[in-house]
Order: sequence, then C-alpha cells, then structure tokens
Amino acid sequence: MFKSQYTSLTYDQVHAGDALPPLAHEVTTTSIILGALASRDWRPMHHDRDFAQQRNGTRDIFMNTPNQAAWLERFITDWAGPKARIGRYKFRMGDSICPGDTMVFSGQVEHTQIDEHGCGWATLSIVLSVGAAVKTRFTARVALPVHADDNPWARAGERWQP
Amino acid sequence: MTPMCPEEDFTIGLLEAQSWLDRSRHTVVGEFDVERGYFWTACAAVQNGNPLYWDQRLSEELTGGPTAPLTLLSAWFRPHYWMPGRDVIPLPWQTHFELKATRALPEAVATDSEVVFGAPVRPGDRIQCSEMLRSLSEVKTTKLGVGRFWVIDAVCRNQDDVWVGTETMTGFGYRKIAAA
Repeated sequence: MFKSQYTSLTYDQVHAGDALPPLAHEVTTTSIILGALASRDWRPMHHDRDFAQQRNGTRDIFMNTPNQAAWLERFITDWAGPKARIGRYKFRMGDSICPGDTMVFSGQVEHTQIDEHGCGWATLSIVLSVGAAVKTRFTARVALPVHADDNPWARAGERWQP
Repeated sequence: MTPMCPEEDFTIGLLEAQSWLDRSRHTVVGEFDVERGYFWTACAAVQNGNPLYWDQRLSEELTGGPTAPLTLLSAWFRPHYWMPGRDVIPLPWQTHFELKATRALPEAVATDSEVVFGAPVRPGDRIQCSEMLRSLSEVKTTKLGVGRFWVIDAVCRNQDDVWVGTETMTGFGYRKIAAA
C-alpha cells in the first residue's frame, strides 16, 4: 500500500482573502466518461455524443454533477491537505463542461471561524471557469485543524456541526 | 407578457404535493456494499492524490480506517445500469420528477444544489437514501416562466442508521411565458 508524507494547513495559517492555488485540467472525452462511470452515472449525455447533441442540444457530451464535485473536492484538499474535512458545499451550474475545454478552478477564503465546539472552519468561494466564462460557482465550508494535533475527522455527533 | 395558462391552473396537483411536505418518501437502499475499489476509481478519474484515500496507515491514523471520498456519496445508492428481472432504472430525485409531472408544472430545472456531510462512509457500509420535500413556494414569475420553487432533501444513512450526508436540491417547475 502507498505510504505518504503529507502536510495539512492549520486554522491559524488560513486568512480571509487568501487565494487557493488554481487547478487547471484539459478536459477530454475520456475524462468525462471516466468521471461519469466512477460516480455510477449511466445517463447517455455523459458518454454518447450523438445523444448529447440531439437530445440535450449541447455541443458534446458534458461533465456530470458528481464529477464536478469530485474535482472540487480535489481542488480543496490539494490546498488544505488530508486533515481538512469538507463539511458542506453549495453550487450553481450555469453551463456545460465539454471535451476540449480547459477548465480552471480558482477560489479564495471568504472568512474563518471557530465554532462553539472548538472546530475551525474556512468558508471558500470557488469558481470553475473555461476561458473567461464562469461555468459553476461554489461555496464550501471546510473544517481545518486548529493546531497540529487537532483532527477534524475525529469529530462526531454534536462536535461536528457542518 | 402573460402566462399561457390561467392562474387557477397552478393549483392543479397542489394539495397532493403539499401532503408530501416533511414526509420521508422514495427510500432507496444501495444495491451493494460500499467497496474500496470504487474509492480509487473515483480518485483516479480526477487524479486526486489525497493520501487519506491512498495511504492505509494515514487513513487509520486520521479516521480510524479507510473512508470513501466524500463527493462519492450519491454513488452508493445509485442502481446498477442493468439487473436481471428489472426493466426500468429508478431515477434519483423522484419527487422532483413527480412535481414536474403534475399538469400545472410541466417544465422544471434544478437551480441550486447543496451537500452536507456527516459520518464517514466506510467499506462494507450499505447506504440508504430517503427523499423529503422541504418546501413548495407560492407562484413566482422568473425569466423562464411562471411556476413554483421547491426544495427537496435526499437524506443518507448507513446500515446502523447513522447520518452520513444530505443532498439538497432546489428546483423550479414552471410553464413558459408566451409573448403578449
């Protein structure tokens, strides 16, 4: 089994206005189909170009919602590390992501907060863009360790208020 | 601009839909146990190298053992593409499609989605999901048409009835507006 060295951001290292490192990916037919099948989404508009064009009126097959979420999760934990625990995310999709697009995730920290149970939170504002066009807007609330020995994954019940 | 149908049409099916409010409906139980191979397939699809999902020692240290990628939640109760003896694949968000199917609201779009995560999902878990209609608005006019907004929760629990997450979808069911 793979073994790793890792670093995780702690709450005190994160501040409102901090930018997350952008994540760019050249979207291909393969990556869209891989993502759809990995999320068990069998609907044809995510793997059948003729269907997508003729029935959905899109220029090609397009990325399914759970796959966009999976990219979002990667974008957040690439920045924050494995101790970061996503509590919630919200999104609004405006347009499709298709093969040939170069999609770019970018985002920033909107604010931070320690809740009544001592859990440190960062609220993130994130956009998924292709060129100048914003395709999806996200907000996410992510738990971060408040010190090196803290672990948000150990929280349960009332101590976990996502 | 005037609606294509009279205002009273928007009450069709309303009483039935209101009876669904805050009631658990359409419970779907996953057709297979949560399995670790899917974790890696999902991570590979987005090139997610988060060691929490790849490093056994780290997953035990942080979460007490292997845990599923959070955003894979909806996969655990998605039906197989095919099963012997089944002709129709059940659709997720059945409440959304039932609301859309009423005569008064023939078109519908999902406008916003939110997911909240609870306890980690583990290999061997069996996830079930129940839908609940949370709200149904008064008649509204948007650039799409005239209709109603609704909010539906899909509440997910494991085999021990522990809450693992909730997906919330806001939909707008409408009739198109015809030019005057």
